[in-house]
Amino acid sequence: MSRTMIILLALVAIVFAVSWAAKSASLDDQYDDYISRGFLITLAAFLTLSILSFLYKDNPFYKFAEHLFVGVSAAYWMSLGFWSTIVGNLIPRLSVTLSAFFKVPHIEDEYALYILPDKVSYFIPVVLGILLLMRLSKKAGWISSWPLAFIVGTTAGLNLVRYLRSDFIEQVSSTFVPLLVDWQGTGRFFSDFNLYAYGQFVTMLGNWVIFIGVLCGLVYFFFSKEHKGIFGGASRVGIWVLMITFGASFGYTVMGRISLLVGRLTFLFHDWLELIG
Amino acid sequence: MTGWIPRIIAISGSDIGIIISLVVIGGGLAWLLKQSIKAGDVDRRIVFLFIFISVSVPILFPITFSETATPIVKKLYDRIENLPEGSAVLISFDFDPAMAPEVQPMADAFARHCLAKNHKVIFMSLWATGQSLLSTTLQNVVRPEFPEKIEGVDFANLGYKAGNEGVLNVIVTNFRKMFPTDVNSIPLDSIAVFKKIRSCQDLDLIISIGGGKPGAKEWILFVGDPANVPMGCGVAAVTAPQLYPYYPKQLLGILGGIKGAAEYESELVRHYDRFADVKKPGLRMMGPQTLAHVVIMAFIVLGNISYFVTRRRGKKP
Repeated sequence: MSRTMIILLALVAIVFAVSWAAKSASLDDQYDDYISRGFLITLAAFLTLSILSFLYKDNPFYKFAEHLFVGVSAAYWMSLGFWSTIVGNLIPRLSVTLSAFFKVPHIEDEYALYILPDKVSYFIPVVLGILLLMRLSKKAGWISSWPLAFIVGTTAGLNLVRYLRSDFIEQVSSTFVPLLVDWQGTGRFFSDFNLYAYGQFVTMLGNWVIFIGVLCGLVYFFFSKEHKGIFGGASRVGIWVLMITFGASFGYTVMGRISLLVGRLTFLFHDWLELIG
Repeated sequence: MTGWIPRIIAISGSDIGIIISLVVIGGGLAWLLKQSIKAGDVDRRIVFLFIFISVSVPILFPITFSETATPIVKKLYDRIENLPEGSAVLISFDFDPAMAPEVQPMADAFARHCLAKNHKVIFMSLWATGQSLLSTTLQNVVRPEFPEKIEGVDFANLGYKAGNEGVLNVIVTNFRKMFPTDVNSIPLDSIAVFKKIRSCQDLDLIISIGGGKPGAKEWILFVGDPANVPMGCGVAAVTAPQLYPYYPKQLLGILGGIKGAAEYESELVRHYDRFADVKKPGLRMMGPQTLAHVVIMAFIVLGNISYFVTRRRGKKP
């Protein structure tokens, strides 16, 4: 470790200690556990700054925060998986004794497959779960394909009908929009012309954009005919529609990322440094 | 001449924010334009620095803008507003702390609106991390602002249930099979809110707040469409464009990103005096948003100017 690094580490440690003490002192009259709260807020601030420090350049503080995040996340999700799925969903239906042991209310057999004896049907997911763990073994790894196939098959079966209805039929139906809304003649259209969001013109314009956008977007992805003439023109409009959509999507992403930055900076300025109310 | 002094003294935090932002960002960008034309390349860290300044200054010296609800937000607001008193509304917290700055303001606004209209609100989460954020809304909004509302009678907290779409697949026909008890281990049969509610089909409105999977899309697929239950959602900006195709047929309205939250908050404030003094993080975040977007757009323009200027120079012998 270089001399500069040692000095930097010492400096960060001093700043951390000072921040912890100052934060704990400021929380003294609000919380009983002010020392631990002070520590947690300081630690959160330290980790936030460590992650943000990557914007300058890669450094050991960033690496530490990154590895800590990955490690904590893995441990958190594993623990959560056990307590919420196995203890939360399975145990209460599996056994009265185990429910009492884990202090969760027992649930009467509602999902049982009645062709099987009481509670036996719940052992099927237990067995499949154990088989899934066989992936960790080199010799018996192939067995894990069975429960995996079950998962894939079940998901596909569950989703097929739903996607077909919501993402296909309903979407096709939503595209069938009237191109003339409340049409009472050209004269009336111009005399009542306005730019209100719910007005006739804006609604019609929206419907025309949907109609032309869908049509041209589909033409762009139709490769059985050469994109020439009117077909080529529609295809070019299709590209524009797609590009505008991607642009809007990207704009939303930028907004989302800035919101997250605002969230972190608000934490630093409000919770840690108490610069804002 | 004498009028200047009290005017300077009476300067507000917002004015300071705008002045600092204009001076630092405007001056900096002008310097940057000069540098980029001269050298042709700008260190990316300078871009980060500008974004940091444009975001942090409006946080320290709040700059607020007035917002007007767009039709896609207004329709959802109107639906909650026009539901008869005592209607059952389910709010699902399907997000994690990483998304919270964007979507927690929406959750707070929906909770406020529903409880102010005396609807029966059911809170739940399909995300494990959503339960603690649900508690945050209960702790920061529901209990302090609606002390008269009783848990179990006016609202219920089902908490988190593991199973993702599996949970939805069950509660669409029966809540009690998946949630035999609420988060406090009280059987659903003993909770007044659930007296007339057996499944999602008995709900008057479902609002999914999130931005990942499972989220609004899964709610549409597994509950909204099959059970024909009206749905709305508040989602992180990244997810919003994927959900627009579901509006207005499958989704009554969408709050997209912090802009959607700010529009909803402004609509609430406009119609309810009691919410004038509550915290409005959505509206507050629009200051940094606006300034950061201005800076990003300025960078795009500067980059293009610099590119064309250097290209023209390059062509000349």
